[in-house]
Amino acid sequence: MTESLQELWEYRDLFYFLAWRDVKIRYRQTALGVAWAVLQPLLATTVFTFLFGRVAKMPSDGIPYALFSFSAMLPWTYFSTSLSAAANSLVGNAQLIRKVYFPRMTIPAAAILACMLDFAVGLVILFVMVAYYHAPLSWKFLFWPLLLVQLTALTTGISLILGALNVRYRDIKHATPFAIQILFFLTPIIYPVSMIPKRYRFVISLNPLTGIIETLRSTLFPNRPINLQLCGISLALTLAILAIGARYFRRAERAFADMI
Amino acid sequence: MLREAVMRFAKNPFHRRTPSIPFWALRDVSFCGNAGEIIGIVGRNGAGKSTLLKILSKITYATTGRVSVHGRVASLLEVGTGFHEELTGRENIYLNGTVLGMKKREVEQKLEQIVEFSGVQKFIDTPLKRYSSGMALRLGFAVAAHLEADVLIIDEVLAVGDAEFQRKCLKRMEDLHKSGRTVLFVSHNVMAIEYLCPRTIWIDRGRVRRDGDSKDVIREYLAHFASAQKTGSDLKERQDREGTGEMRFTGIEFLEQDGQVKPVTRSGEALTVRLHYRASQAMRDAQFGISWSTEFGSPIASISTADAGYEIPVIPAGNGHIDITFDFLNLMPGRYWVSIWTTGPHHHNTVKNCWDVLERCAAIDLEWADFYRSGHGMGRQHGIIFLPCKWSASMNGGQAPRECASLDSETGNG
Repeated sequence: MTESLQELWEYRDLFYFLAWRDVKIRYRQTALGVAWAVLQPLLATTVFTFLFGRVAKMPSDGIPYALFSFSAMLPWTYFSTSLSAAANSLVGNAQLIRKVYFPRMTIPAAAILACMLDFAVGLVILFVMVAYYHAPLSWKFLFWPLLLVQLTALTTGISLILGALNVRYRDIKHATPFAIQILFFLTPIIYPVSMIPKRYRFVISLNPLTGIIETLRSTLFPNRPINLQLCGISLALTLAILAIGARYFRRAERAFADMI
Repeated sequence: MLREAVMRFAKNPFHRRTPSIPFWALRDVSFCGNAGEIIGIVGRNGAGKSTLLKILSKITYATTGRVSVHGRVASLLEVGTGFHEELTGRENIYLNGTVLGMKKREVEQKLEQIVEFSGVQKFIDTPLKRYSSGMALRLGFAVAAHLEADVLIIDEVLAVGDAEFQRKCLKRMEDLHKSGRTVLFVSHNVMAIEYLCPRTIWIDRGRVRRDGDSKDVIREYLAHFASAQKTGSDLKERQDREGTGEMRFTGIEFLEQDGQVKPVTRSGEALTVRLHYRASQAMRDAQFGISWSTEFGSPIASISTADAGYEIPVIPAGNGHIDITFDFLNLMPGRYWVSIWTTGPHHHNTVKNCWDVLERCAAIDLEWADFYRSGHGMGRQHGIIFLPCKWSASMNGGQAPRECASLDSETGNG
C-alpha cells in the first residue's frame, strides 16, 4: 500500500499534466471557454428557482431558493461531471494504457482534478450570490475546503470502481448517466432534508452526498447547526467507498492492458 | 461480456463454463541481461515479442514467472504515446515526456535539446493537428531520445520514418548504449540488430529459440524464415511456357557454391542457380540464358552462355543440369524474379523458336545485409543495386582519409 502511494507520488507530474491536458482540451475552440463551467449549474438553478421555488413553492429552510439550490448544484455538478469523466477516463486513454506503464490511478484522479477547476469558478459565482442576497457568511465557511476534500475522496472512490469495471464491462458507460440522474433526486438538492418525513431520514442519510451537501449548505447560514450525525455517516461511508475502490482498482489494474 | 455470461448461463444453467483452451503467448522464457548490454530480439509476427516487452515494462503481468529489473525502466513501444493533436508541439513534449516517466523539471531542462533534435523549431507552438505525420513522428522520437532511464525497452521504432530519421534513431541508440544504458531492442530490421547488438534472442512461438551471438542467431533466423518460402521450383508441370519443346526445364534450385541447398540468400552473397532439364534427344550447340527482374517486372540483367562465350557442343538425351554462379549479388534486399530459356544455335532467336522459355519461373527473396557496414536501412527506395565502394575525405589538416566519412559527418548532434 505504502509502495503504491509512493509510486503515485513519483508520478505526480504526470498526474498534473494529464489533468492540465483535460482542462486544455475541454475548452479549446469553444467561444465561451471556461464560462461553460458555471453556465450549466447556473441555468439549472434558474430553472429550479422558477419551477420549484416559485411554482411549486418548495420549502428551502427560509433561505432564498436560488441560493439554496445553487449551493447544492455547485458540489453536485462537480460530483456528477467528474464522476462521468473519471468513469470513462481509462477507456478514453486506452492507447496510453496499452503502450506505457505508470500507476493507472493517475488517470481517473487526473480527470477529477480537471473538474475541480470548474468548481473553483463556480465558487466565485456563489460568492456573488451570497453578496447579492446579503446572506451573512459565517465562520463555518471554513469547512468548505474540508468538505471539498471529502467530496473528492468520495468521487474518487466511486470512480475507481466504475472506471475499473468499465474496462471490463462497457455497460458502465451506458449505466452511469442514468444512475447519476436517479441519484440527483435521491440527494437533497432541490429540496431540504427537513422536508423528508422523519422515518425516512435515515434512508436518505445513507447517501453519502446528503451529509456533504447539507453541511456545505449549513455553513452558509449562521443559524443552522451542522448535523453531526449526517456528517459522521457520510464520512464513514466515504472512507469505506474510497478504501474499497482503491483495493478493487489495484486488483483489477493488472489486467487493464490486456482487456482494454 | 456480461451479456455473454448471461447467455451462457441461460443456455447452460447447471454446468460449469466450458473449459477454454489456454493460449500461452510466452512459455519458459528465461534470460538475463547484464547492465550495459544491448540485446536484440527477433521473431515473427505473433511470436510473443511484444508480449515479452509488455511484461518487462510492467504494462501487463505474467501469469507465472518473475521479472526483476534493477534501475529505472523506460519503455518505448510506440513513438509519441499520449500525443494529443489539439495541443501544441511544446505542450505535447511535456505530456509525452511525463507519460514516459520524466519529471517536469527534466523535461524543462531538456526542452531546448528536444526541440532541436526534432527539427520542428518553427512549429513548436502550433497545434499538432497541423503537423505532417513525419513531423509528429520526429517530435515523438526527439522526446524518447532524451529519456534518462537505466534500462530502455524499444519496440520496432525503426519500422517507421524515412532513412534519414532511421539513421538518426540508430545513432542515438548507439550513443545511449555507449553511455552505459542497458537496451532491449526489438526489430524486424535484422540488419539494424546485427549492427547494434552483439547478442540476439530469437523468440519463436512463445519460446526462446536461440540466444547468443547475433551473427549466428540472425543467420539461423533468416534461414528458418526463408525455408518457409521456396528455395527452388519444380518446373515439370508448368504450363505457362513457350518454345518448341525439344528440351524442357524440369527444375530450378538456389544453391551454395558447394552445391548445398541455400536456405537464405542475403544481399552481396554468392549464389549458384542450378537449372535441371530433360532433353528429348541429343542437342547440338545448346544455349542457356537467365534473366533477373524486379518484383514489379523491371528487367535488371540478362545473361546467356552465348554472351559469355561458353559453348556447349552437345547435350546427350535425358536428364541433366547446368549451373550458373553469381559471385556477388549486388542487389538490394527484396524479391526478384528469374526467367530462364534454352535454345539452339539460331541467329535470330524469338521466343517461338527457342526450345523452352519460362518467364518468371522462380522468385528469390534477398534478405537484408549490412553491405555498407553502417547498420542502417537500405532498401528499394535506394534503387535496385548497390555499388561496393569506399568513401574518403581528404582533410585540410593532412589527416588520414576517413572511411565512410559521409555517414559520420553529423556526429555533432548526438
